Amino acid sequence: MHLAYPAVLSALLFCTGLYGVLARRNAILVLMSVELMLNAVNLNLVAFDVWLSRAAEETLHSGQALTLFTIAIAAAEIGIGLAIVLAVYRNRGTSDIDKLRDTAEGPETEGPDTSAAEKAEATA
Amino acid sequence: MTTTSLAVLVPLLPFLGAAAGLLLGRTAPGFVRPLAVLPALAALVLAALVAVRQGGGPPIVAHTELTPTGSVPIELALDIDGFAALVAVLVAFVASCVQIYSTGYLRDDPRYPSYAALVSLFTSAMLLVVYSGDLIVLLVGWEVMGICSYFLVGHYWETPEARAASLKAFLVTKLGDVPFLIGLFALGTDAGSFQITRVLGAAASGGIDHPTLIALLLLAGVAGKSAQFPLHTWLPDAMAGPTPVSALIHAATMVAAGVYFVARLLPVFEASQAAMVVLAVMAAVTMTGSGLAALAQDDIKRVLAYSTIGQLGYMTGALAVGDRGAAVFHLLSHGAFKALLFLAAGVIIHAAGTNSLAAMSRMSHLRDRVPDAYWTMTVALLALAAIPPFSGFFSKESVLGAAEDVATGHTDHAPGAAGWIVLVAGLLAALLTAAYATRLWLLAFRGKGAEAPDHGRQPLTMTVVLWVLAVPSLAFGGLAYRSLPGWFDGRDLTPTLLTSVLGTGLALVGGLLTYGTWQRTSALAARVPAAPAPSFEWEHLQGEAAAHPEGDASLVEAHALADHEPAYRDLAHAPDPGRLLLGPLYRHAAAGFHLDAVYSVLFVRPVQAGASLVRFLDREVVETYVGGAAALPRLLGAAVRRAQTGNVQTYVSALLAGAVVLTVTVLLVATGA
Repeated sequence: MHLAYPAVLSALLFCTGLYGVLARRNAILVLMSVELMLNAVNLNLVAFDVWLSRAAEETLHSGQALTLFTIAIAAAEIGIGLAIVLAVYRNRGTSDIDKLRDTAEGPETEGPDTSAAEKAEATA
Repeated sequence: MTTTSLAVLVPLLPFLGAAAGLLLGRTAPGFVRPLAVLPALAALVLAALVAVRQGGGPPIVAHTELTPTGSVPIELALDIDGFAALVAVLVAFVASCVQIYSTGYLRDDPRYPSYAALVSLFTSAMLLVVYSGDLIVLLVGWEVMGICSYFLVGHYWETPEARAASLKAFLVTKLGDVPFLIGLFALGTDAGSFQITRVLGAAASGGIDHPTLIALLLLAGVAGKSAQFPLHTWLPDAMAGPTPVSALIHAATMVAAGVYFVARLLPVFEASQAAMVVLAVMAAVTMTGSGLAALAQDDIKRVLAYSTIGQLGYMTGALAVGDRGAAVFHLLSHGAFKALLFLAAGVIIHAAGTNSLAAMSRMSHLRDRVPDAYWTMTVALLALAAIPPFSGFFSKESVLGAAEDVATGHTDHAPGAAGWIVLVAGLLAALLTAAYATRLWLLAFRGKGAEAPDHGRQPLTMTVVLWVLAVPSLAFGGLAYRSLPGWFDGRDLTPTLLTSVLGTGLALVGGLLTYGTWQRTSALAARVPAAPAPSFEWEHLQGEAAAHPEGDASLVEAHALADHEPAYRDLAHAPDPGRLLLGPLYRHAAAGFHLDAVYSVLFVRPVQAGASLVRFLDREVVETYVGGAAALPRLLGAAVRRAQTGNVQTYVSALLAGAVVLTVTVLLVATGA
């Protein structure tokens, strides 16, 4: 199989993920998009590993090993990410990224706003 | 143990007691009382031992240099002559009495541990002043006393009076202490040493170049510490402290320090005739002014405070005529009976639930409630009024006798003018002293009206101390006047016939005059029914006193202090002989001759004006520059803040755009385009 196929597929996957991260509103979909990007990279890693080992330039299969690392770390990341999203949803009643703007610096005073958020967090 | 090491232990023991009390006060409350009383008693025993071993002989002198201190050496020195030995016994005796009394008086006070530790520290500082043979070490004790008096006068810091009084005591004494420090430096430079023996040697050989300047600078500090005119104003206000503290400050420590200091360095003062006359005038104004003011005071403790000022006037008067034996004799006997007066007043205030003499004069049977305080207070007042054979008579007559000696030119220790000034003022003050002592006794114990509230027996620790102090008030003068000259300069202290007759006669006249006036005013008051307002206040007061029948004495006092102003502001209709005797002077005397107003114009207002000027400069001028410097960063910050929308996706988009731009740039550079 020519190297171009997996490379193009990986590029498409990465762009889809990037679009999802930048444009989706739902936090869970954003996390899923992140996974897509990670898997695009994984695909690249495996494909190039095969290509390089065929050319006998590299025989340690470090690309495959790195892929296993990435999968493990992605699993941990998604676990924590989903837990955060769940907590935010329970707390705010929404998981829309657009509405989570507490760190915004605005002309309006932020005192009561943040204190209300803190209170809500404390009661949750 | 050698006498020197015994003497070192005398100030050291109360100091260690104070340190231990402050450290253990919270963790081990059971140790606080022993730690307060035992060091004072031990110091008393040791001071008595030192006095016995010294025995009026040549002074015990010892000194050791801790570290080189430059041109004029400062040494840890001990210099115990007859004066020091006896004054130390008095200090330790009164401090022991006060500590024992305080265990009863402040038994439920939450701040008792720190109070007891500060009293110990106060005692230790005074003992250091008494025993020290080096002027700078003496100054250390002098200043420690100043800060301790600040803390102790402000013991009831919840009340605004106590806060104001403690600040006033500290600042007014500091006003004198600054010239005092300069005077000490000048004296040390002139004499080439801070050691008292060498300073006295230099004074005897005429080695002091600026005697008048030095003496006047030192006198400022003495006037502040010993509450002499014009720096006496802190003492009446210091009554806001607990009564045992007043007893300690007035009888043995603090105010005694100034007189003792002059007595110690009298040859330095004698080198300047002008200083002696200034001292005499100061004493005369203090004696007569305080006597008049005492006649017009309503608070029983303020009467006693003014009487302390007056008796200190006698002591400075004796110093002004160059007789330090008489001054220290009066210091000793005054210490005993003034401590007794204050401690008895504490018992009376506890029983009556008020400080006010006017309120007490509307209470009958007060003396049956506190018989111990009644009898001991009578003894002490007789001693204060210098009626023979009480101790005050002998010491006061020795002062008057010394003044007469100088006035008639029998000695050349002091200018004759000083003698006349002291003699005339002393006789006038004898009349006034007897008058206000009689007034206090009549108003406190001969009141008519509702029966005084019954609070049960006073604590034993409080009443026993009164009787212990009554013994020296009764007998010290008569027993000691023959043997004391051996301890002092050897000058005779026996009362002379002329001044005794004059002084006692004037005292009797003062007492009888007051008694007559009192009878007339109380007859008038009986005929005219009391105005409704005071009687209402009287009901209110009865309620107050009944509210804490078994309450802690110090709490009653704190309460009385807080209630005093609202309850007695216009309680002017009591049968007060002072009002009739003083006539139009009464109003001014009650306000202490408006010296506080003078101070407020001279010192307080300029300082406040300066402070508001500084505040203006800081707020309006300095702050403008600072604000201007911060304006540009603030504008830039506002621009940058705009980008902070809070939307994570915007941030990631910016990140992506940045990454793309960087990649393209790197590629372009790498390909060399």
